[in-house]
Amino acid sequence: MPATGGRPAHDDPGSDDSGNGGAVLRLRPPVNRVDPRAKRWWWTQTLAITGAPLVVLVVLALALPPARGWLLVAAAAVAAAGLPLGILLPLWWYRVHRWEVTDSAVYTRTGYFWQEWRVAPMSRIQTVDTQRGPLEQLFGLATVTVSTASAKGAVTIQGLDHQLAADLVQQLTETTQATPGDAT
Amino acid sequence: MTTAETEWRKLDRRTVVVSVLRTAGLVAVGALPAVVAVSGRFSLALAAVTVGPAMVLIIGAVAIGDDIRWRRTSYRIGAERVELVSGIVVRKRRSLATERIRSVDVTAGLLLRVFGLAHVKIGTGEQTGAGESSLSLHPVAAAEGERLRRELLDRPAVRERAAAADGTLSRIDPSWIRFAPVSVLTPAIGGAAFGAVLQVAEWFGMQEGVISWTLDQLRAFPLVVSVLAFVAAGLVVGVVGSLLWFVEMWWDYRLEREPGGTLRVRRGLLTTRSVSLEERRLRGVEVVEPLGNRLLGAGRVDAVATGLSRQKEGERTDTKTLQPAAPRAEADRVAALVLREEVSPTASVRLRGHPRAARGRRVRWALLTVLVAVAPLLVLGLVLTPVLLHLAWICALVLTPVAVAIAFDAYRNLGHGITGGYLVARHGAVRRSTVALQRRGVIGWTARQSIFQRRRGLLTLTATTAAGGGAYSVHDVGESEGLTFAEEAVPDLFGPFLERT
Repeated sequence: MPATGGRPAHDDPGSDDSGNGGAVLRLRPPVNRVDPRAKRWWWTQTLAITGAPLVVLVVLALALPPARGWLLVAAAAVAAAGLPLGILLPLWWYRVHRWEVTDSAVYTRTGYFWQEWRVAPMSRIQTVDTQRGPLEQLFGLATVTVSTASAKGAVTIQGLDHQLAADLVQQLTETTQATPGDAT
Repeated sequence: MTTAETEWRKLDRRTVVVSVLRTAGLVAVGALPAVVAVSGRFSLALAAVTVGPAMVLIIGAVAIGDDIRWRRTSYRIGAERVELVSGIVVRKRRSLATERIRSVDVTAGLLLRVFGLAHVKIGTGEQTGAGESSLSLHPVAAAEGERLRRELLDRPAVRERAAAADGTLSRIDPSWIRFAPVSVLTPAIGGAAFGAVLQVAEWFGMQEGVISWTLDQLRAFPLVVSVLAFVAAGLVVGVVGSLLWFVEMWWDYRLEREPGGTLRVRRGLLTTRSVSLEERRLRGVEVVEPLGNRLLGAGRVDAVATGLSRQKEGERTDTKTLQPAAPRAEADRVAALVLREEVSPTASVRLRGHPRAARGRRVRWALLTVLVAVAPLLVLGLVLTPVLLHLAWICALVLTPVAVAIAFDAYRNLGHGITGGYLVARHGAVRRSTVALQRRGVIGWTARQSIFQRRRGLLTLTATTAAGGGAYSVHDVGESEGLTFAEEAVPDLFGPFLERT
């Protein structure tokens, strides 16, 4: 296999999978990024996750003088691990989470270490839901879930602008209603 | 259907008798330990005086309860809707559109059969909550059950299309029983038997007696012999149990194709079961070969269909099984007949292997598993006692070849292909599964790639479908090859999002 496009070369002869005449086929990233405000939403979440144990540890340290040293060490460890991760992860998520809606399908990509591409064709969409938790409402965001007749085929787009999400739901609902069949 | 039939009907009156007998049996079994305990401590007379009325009370309550249930339950089979009104305190009215009914399953346990009754379950095959898409008529007369089944599933529109190739597709071959003992059931039954013996002994307050008696018997032999004896006894019980289970489940098994375009499985010795599956709901078949069966060259055929009632916890009957473990050629033959194909798509020759990098991944997983198993022994051995160190290297020595062999086998079993209207995927070593899925039954693709897979150009593709488990995967396929396969199998799903580099 030719090592094109910055892909590392294979030293393993068995992985030669030239099923399409030598050209390497791959899934392109979906066009749209999520709303930039999603970064703030994710930061709030990661800070809450890191902050809660931090507060507990510090309060305990103040309340229990004998164990203060150890508790502060633990708190420092949590802070040292949690804060950089909490700040960097949302930036990263913003880079890797992408979505796209075409006339024929909904297409998303999520994750980096375990990257996942999902596609659900318009003709098979059964329900389109929006969820807005309290934090999402605060930041004017919404999550859209597109589900098909498969128990495992749902496609979720997080961190959309809520107005855009509403329009999207409208568009998807109209398109799927126009499609005949029971979508199984 | 005529309008005369749209009157409300009742369940069979004899349900009260059946309930009373069933409860009497259960209560008798339950009362036994109570009687033994009370009479052991006090007297038999006291036991009779206390336990007797309690039994009568329970049975009476059940009889009255079931009578009320019978009075308050009625159903109606109309031209457009099937309706059921039920509920003693909270009245429930449930109705299914007749044209959406996809399954009518008839089950009759021994007690029901003695009275000529059957339990009928009518389902629409929608993927809603388990209870909402089905009506349960428990019980009706067996003849009424058969009539309902015919009436609800036999529709003229479907009949025209599926006129050809009716009849029996497969029936039981008694020699298939040889595949029954080589399953997980055997050790499970064996283990359960020991538990049951101890439980019964406890009821009679003799648990310690039984244990010490057994120990006394075994003390005469060396430890190894007594352990072997225990294992052998468990195995014998397990083998006998699994043979009996097979006979009960698959006695008089027949797989038929009926004029209405329905596949029907009938089986059972004591409890007879009839599972009907509309072919319109069929999205493919899965040939499942657990390791034991595969070593003997056998496999089971499962249906991949929308809206089959999902197996409940602890329920051993699987409604999706079309044929029990049978020789591989037979399994492929039935798969081909069920799918109306010349050659079964699940046949091995039609599959393409996966890149060798997939083998490396499996071997690494195997070694990692062995490491995880041995590491605690190693650590404890270093900290506590060298005996554990010896145990650790013995474990590593035994487990490593086994794990690596399984890994190589798992790699050999990876495969995918397209046969006619079906996409086929195979994977697994301990439980090898070959699924043939209708290409038009695929309603979405998911591609997954871990960072390790990315480095080796591999990809796991998952076809989502409304049927069966909801998703079927092609594991560790070459990235380009897999995407080409996905596009070829179901055009225009991933297609618009592919790029060549």
